[in-house]
Amino acid sequence: MLTVERAVVEFGARRALDLVDLTLNSGETVAVLGPSGSGKTTLLRAVAGLQRLDAGRVTWNGDDLVRVAPHERHFGLMFQEYALFPHRDVAGNVGFGLRMTATDRAARDLRVDEVLELVGLAGLRARRVATLSGGEQQRVALARALAVSPRLLMLDEPLGALDRVWRRRLLTEIRSILDEAALAALYVTHDHEEAFAIAHRVAIMRDGHVVQVGAPADVWRAPADAWTATFLGFGPIVAAEVRDGRVETPWGPIERHADAVPGAVEAVLRPDAARLDDAGRTAATVTRSVFTGTRVELTVVADAGPPLTVVVAPRAAPAAGARVRISIDPDALLVYPRRAD
Amino acid sequence: MRIARIGRVAIPVCFLAVFFGWPLEAIFAHSLRPGAIADVVTDPALRRVAWFTLWQAVVSTSATLAVGLPAAYVVARYDFPGRRLFRAFVTVPFVLPTVVVATAFLALLQPGGPMAFLHWRTGVGPLLIAHVFFNVAVVVRTVGGFWANLDPRREEAARMLGASRARAFLGVTLPLLAPSIIAAASIVFLFTFTSFGIALLLAGPAHATIEVEIYRQAFDFFDLRTAAALALLQIVAVLAVVFTLGKAQERRGIAQRLVGAVDSARRPRGREKLLVGAVIGATSLFLGAPLAVLIWRSLHIGRHWSLGSYRALGSSASATTLFVSPWAAVRNSIEFAVIATAIALFVGGLASVAIAARPGRATRTMDAFLMLPLGTSAVTVGFGFLLASEHVPRSVANSWLLVPIAHAVVAIPFVVRAVVPVLRSIDPRLRDAATMLGAAPRRVWREVDLPIVTRAFAVAAGFCAAVSLGEFGATLFISRPEWPTVPIAISRFLGKVGQIYFDQALAMSVILMLLTAGAVFAIERVRVRDLGEF
Repeated sequence: MLTVERAVVEFGARRALDLVDLTLNSGETVAVLGPSGSGKTTLLRAVAGLQRLDAGRVTWNGDDLVRVAPHERHFGLMFQEYALFPHRDVAGNVGFGLRMTATDRAARDLRVDEVLELVGLAGLRARRVATLSGGEQQRVALARALAVSPRLLMLDEPLGALDRVWRRRLLTEIRSILDEAALAALYVTHDHEEAFAIAHRVAIMRDGHVVQVGAPADVWRAPADAWTATFLGFGPIVAAEVRDGRVETPWGPIERHADAVPGAVEAVLRPDAARLDDAGRTAATVTRSVFTGTRVELTVVADAGPPLTVVVAPRAAPAAGARVRISIDPDALLVYPRRAD
Repeated sequence: MRIARIGRVAIPVCFLAVFFGWPLEAIFAHSLRPGAIADVVTDPALRRVAWFTLWQAVVSTSATLAVGLPAAYVVARYDFPGRRLFRAFVTVPFVLPTVVVATAFLALLQPGGPMAFLHWRTGVGPLLIAHVFFNVAVVVRTVGGFWANLDPRREEAARMLGASRARAFLGVTLPLLAPSIIAAASIVFLFTFTSFGIALLLAGPAHATIEVEIYRQAFDFFDLRTAAALALLQIVAVLAVVFTLGKAQERRGIAQRLVGAVDSARRPRGREKLLVGAVIGATSLFLGAPLAVLIWRSLHIGRHWSLGSYRALGSSASATTLFVSPWAAVRNSIEFAVIATAIALFVGGLASVAIAARPGRATRTMDAFLMLPLGTSAVTVGFGFLLASEHVPRSVANSWLLVPIAHAVVAIPFVVRAVVPVLRSIDPRLRDAATMLGAAPRRVWREVDLPIVTRAFAVAAGFCAAVSLGEFGATLFISRPEWPTVPIAISRFLGKVGQIYFDQALAMSVILMLLTAGAVFAIERVRVRDLGEF
């Protein structure tokens, strides 16, 4: 089990990691999710030992790793854009770690074949890495990290450079490889869909802090604050008022659970909050309709309040210009106390 | 580790302080004797020398651009059969020793040569043409390399916005090319301004560059004071030029996206074929003819095919010209080249690691310090050695080891220029990746840095060997009659009157050309990234 306790990394005056706590249980995948510059990669490098901590500590099964050099931690790291060795072929890259542990040649060859098979690159042993496609390079990088059977695998934006089709395919493959090996993994990404798809738990980072840790469904249901909600693609965000167990929004009053504290709030709509509903209390006009294949995204201008996005099945999609009525799901309307600024 | 780090800085700095700083200091000391500089500045003959040096450099540079730019354009923008070969061929004259270039042009122009009817023999014309011949490579490689990486879509964008073809070139491409043209022009200007071997052998007695004049003052008139003053003025002039052009380049250096590895060249179409063919044909003829004539004439005695010139090298008559047999000169040259290369790689390699490891003020200063020999002419280095040797025991001053050391001083900047960019370009994540796979720090260096840098060292080694084999200016001051190098031997043969001596100079030049080609062959094999890097 990996624990990060009150970790601090400073670059000059700036704190790239600011009192970060995180645990990773055996066999678990945690996605570290955040925009660029939020400290995700620094966290990964700190766990790897490539970045010295200015305060706090990293432990593995209770042992402090401060004095353990990165090459002795037995952690695997898959780099952003892969960092394959350009002067070695595929087998040379994948077998590199085995050579460092002085595995004999026959055993090494066997293991290289085995891992290449696992990532679906059997037969590419002797290829130069420069001649591989992006997806193939990604698999070589994965195979290279897996070959030494690390006790923890870290992946830094592993799908960042790939196109959509490859991303989806490799995401599933990585998930099943991790399951098969029962390997603990730390997965860094800025894409929440990727994080939700791969991870058991998601840790959201902002400005060097971990702002929320939780299962994907929980994070999606209740982001910790308005910033997290907008980072996950929620919106629009509006000023509102909680009064008498109701939220007074620009689109009209919406019923709320009893837990809502009265006062000024920020209200954020989850993407699935607004629905076409003939019985809905908000009248609106469809101004734009964007067809994306499996669904249609409507931009809807309510008679009062800012425009909303409503997602519908293509079959049920009204044309631009149509008058509609919409309702807003109270559970999908998130309210946060309004900040002083 | 700490000691190693200090050594990386201390060894190169001490080496250059002793073998470059000290000679320079000796020149200062001599030239600052009362009246030395004033005498030089007021002497009308020496002012003529300065004026000639300047204008021939300006004309040579302009002519080199005029010849080189069309070839740069064709190489950068068009893909044609033999393009790689053409690029390699254009580079050949640049790596040839100046003595070989001079001999080749003499073979062309002297009685018996195919262009003897011009009655040029020696003079300003041959000097200028030889300068162009020698330096075209700088323009083609520097500008051409840059041009090839320039995104052609920018010019297309200008066309789409309504610019004519000429307008798009003048308004978009030319300004973007300007930094590389300025860079190439500065290099050519410096080379021609400090031209020695070609000027000494081709310009004739009536025309001396400052370099040649330093040599004459020191050796013909034994006027060390005047020679030192001239050397000092030359150093000041060169530094002023380097500084001014560096500033101009800085101002022009617009950060821009280059196309990178994707080759933007395409096959020529229609009338373009004519253009490409004409440029390649003319350039190849210009660069090929002197070398072809040199080889052809070396294999002839009178009008007949003969190996006589080569056989004569073994005769006792030629040994008396040189004090030793010409073959001994070949052996000297090879030995000196090996030693000079080893020294330059060791010292320059240490310096490169130090410079690349810690970018910062201190290493930038060191970088600049190491480049100084590049801005100082070979004659200055050699002359400085001569002056400094007054203060050391005779056994040291007369040591043959000084020759390869002087060669190494000249070659070290090339090593640093070849190795530092490669070291800097190694993605630090490769080292992290090796670490994460279980490699300890030393192992990381051996597994990641070393294999990648080895290629750069191979390139540098080829260059060092070529520099050492062809070195003429510095060697002329240091070498003793008992151990001449091949370039010295050639110049002695050329200094003698008589067809037989000229024939032997031709034969020696061909041998030197082959030796240099052998050393440089390694460079093209591992691919010179860009001659424009220094």
